[in-house]
Amino acid sequence: MSSKIKRNVLKSMIIGVLAYMGALGAPQPAQAEYADIVINNYADAAGMRPAVFPHWFHRIRFRCKVCHTDLGFAFKAGGNKIDMAKIIDGKFCGACHNGEISWSVENCAMCHSGIPGQPTHFHGSTVQRLIAPAYKPLQANDAKK
Amino acid sequence: MNHKTKAVSLSLAMLVSAFAWNAQSHADEATGVKQSPLMLAEVSSANTFNVNLKKPKSRNLPPAEDGIHDPENEATHSLQHPLDAYKGLPTSEFGNYVDWVKALDEGKLRPRWDRSDPNEEPFVLDLDIVRPVKASVPDVVFPHRQHTEWLYCSNCHPAIFIPQKNANQISMSAILLGQKCGVCHGKVSFPIETKTCRKCHSKPKPAGWTPPLSEATLKNPWK
Ligand code: HEC
Ligand code: HEC
Ligand code: HEC
Ligand code: HEC
Ligand code: HEC
Ligand code: HEC
Repeated sequence: MSSKIKRNVLKSMIIGVLAYMGALGAPQPAQAEYADIVINNYADAAGMRPAVFPHWFHRIRFRCKVCHTDLGFAFKAGGNKIDMAKIIDGKFCGACHNGEISWSVENCAMCHSGIPGQPTHFHGSTVQRLIAPAYKPLQANDAKK
Repeated sequence: MNHKTKAVSLSLAMLVSAFAWNAQSHADEATGVKQSPLMLAEVSSANTFNVNLKKPKSRNLPPAEDGIHDPENEATHSLQHPLDAYKGLPTSEFGNYVDWVKALDEGKLRPRWDRSDPNEEPFVLDLDIVRPVKASVPDVVFPHRQHTEWLYCSNCHPAIFIPQKNANQISMSAILLGQKCGVCHGKVSFPIETKTCRKCHSKPKPAGWTPPLSEATLKNPWK
């Protein structure tokens, strides 16, 4: 009898440890910097990691006006349909990532650094934090376009 | 396993399932809906605190640990840690936890107004627009100055706001859904949360102000 109890205790301990490890391994909610954007209209399909754009890093160097007026970035994650052809023509990211204002385009992995499979999204937005938004967030539809 | 323990565990299992079945049929009666078998563990965990309260465990994480950058990508480890960049900047309690307005005002940051010319100065307009609010929260003051330090007129006019006082319908639900002020606030500029209400709602109500009574209350015959 006592050996059976021991075995049962052992069994439940193993199950407990497994469950704990499972909980640790489960995907954790992202805790990226406020206003980070993952852009993945095309990257995944072409076998590249999604691009990640950090607002915090760029707003230390440039006012919003530089990108959102002069360079014509519309206020919509994924809405500018950025691709590499536009970038090497000096549009969007390519207006600066050209070896003059900033490092140039051959540093693929600096921009393409996102975890594969993530949809285009805006990190940390108030809309995402609403418990029961009464509508579908824009981002969910954008990714399909 | 001997016969005795087998019998004990069998009867235990029957007891438990009888309980579960009993609870299940009561639930069905109450809701009129056929539900999947009720799990006792699920019932108890539904009644804990913080079912809907999600608090971030930490802030300003380095890219490799933030859950959107791939740590298996070597370049991820060359990206800057936000806390290295924020050293010496005035802090806040939300968003990036940096007070971006104060950082400019104190001259701690000088982001470029032009892509390549570091000497171009922004076109700053110092014009406050007061928007009286029907609710008990303080009235809204929209300051052009802090906005035109960062943005150009055409970022807002006329696509988001007609440039005329009180010509625009603005409500809190529109803002929370990402329209009007919410095009930027809640995305890049400071978020909409309890700690930020008073940044926009900053003009105290006149002395003696009370919220208007709802029609249902005015017409209430039992009053
Ligand atoms: C300055 C940042 C940046 C750099 C550097 C960069 N990319 Fe991109 N790339 C982007 C962005 C942003 C997108 C749009 C992502 C999307 O919507 O899926 C993109 C899209 C792509 C796409 C899919 C769209 C298309 O054009 O077919 C491929 C493939 C791609 N990049 C490959 C590369 C390669 C290879 C390199 C290096 C030679 C590179 N990128 C360097 C930012 C960058
Ligand atoms: C270096 C360029 C750059 C700067 C500077 C910049 N942004 Fe952006 N912004 C972007 C890019 C890139 C996107 C995403 C566009 C896309 O995915 O097509 C974006 C998207 C946005 C969005 C869209 C969010 C949504 O609803 O999806 C908002 C709002 C925004 N930026 C506000 C700002 C504000 C406010 C500032 C100044 C504090 C600023 N940006 C500074 C490049 C910039
Ligand atoms: C207005 C100019 C400008 C535009 C537009 C721009 N960048 Fe940058 N970016 C910079 C500068 C400047 C740096 C810093 C370069 C250095 O360290 O020398 C930088 C750095 C970066 C970094 C590295 C951040 C780090 O942690 O070191 C990434 C990633 C990046 N940009 C992505 C993008 C993407 C993606 C786009 C387009 C969606 C983009 N950038 C558009 C100017 C720009
Ligand atoms: C961040 C967005 C934003 C920016 C940038 C901005 N404005 Fe405005 N502006 C507003 C809002 C909001 C109102 C108030 C509209 C209302 O009350 O319905 C307004 C009102 C106005 C009015 C009407 C004032 C009145 O008394 O009727 C004028 C004129 C104006 N803006 C000019 C400008 C100019 C010039 C610039 C650039 C230097 C500028 N704005 C930049 C958001 C902005
Ligand atoms: C186009 C983008 C944009 C829109 C639209 C916008 N804001 Fe802002 N706002 C900013 C930026 C950028 C800042 C700088 C601070 C920051 O980034 O957190 C700012 C700062 C402020 C501040 C100053 C906070 C301080 O510390 O002094 C107030 C108040 C404010 N906004 C209110 C409003 C209100 C009210 C509206 C709508 C009527 C509005 N904003 C619409 C971009 C915007
Ligand atoms: C970005 C600026 C901003 C922030 C932050 C903000 N508000 Fe507002 N709020 C407004 C504006 C603008 C209006 C519309 C005023 C008007 O009627 O012209 C408004 C209106 C309201 C109203 C009146 C009802 C309505 O929908 O028009 C209430 C109540 C309110 N806000 C509560 C809050 C609370 C609570 C918070 C904090 C969670 C908050 N607000 C944060 C800008 C803001």
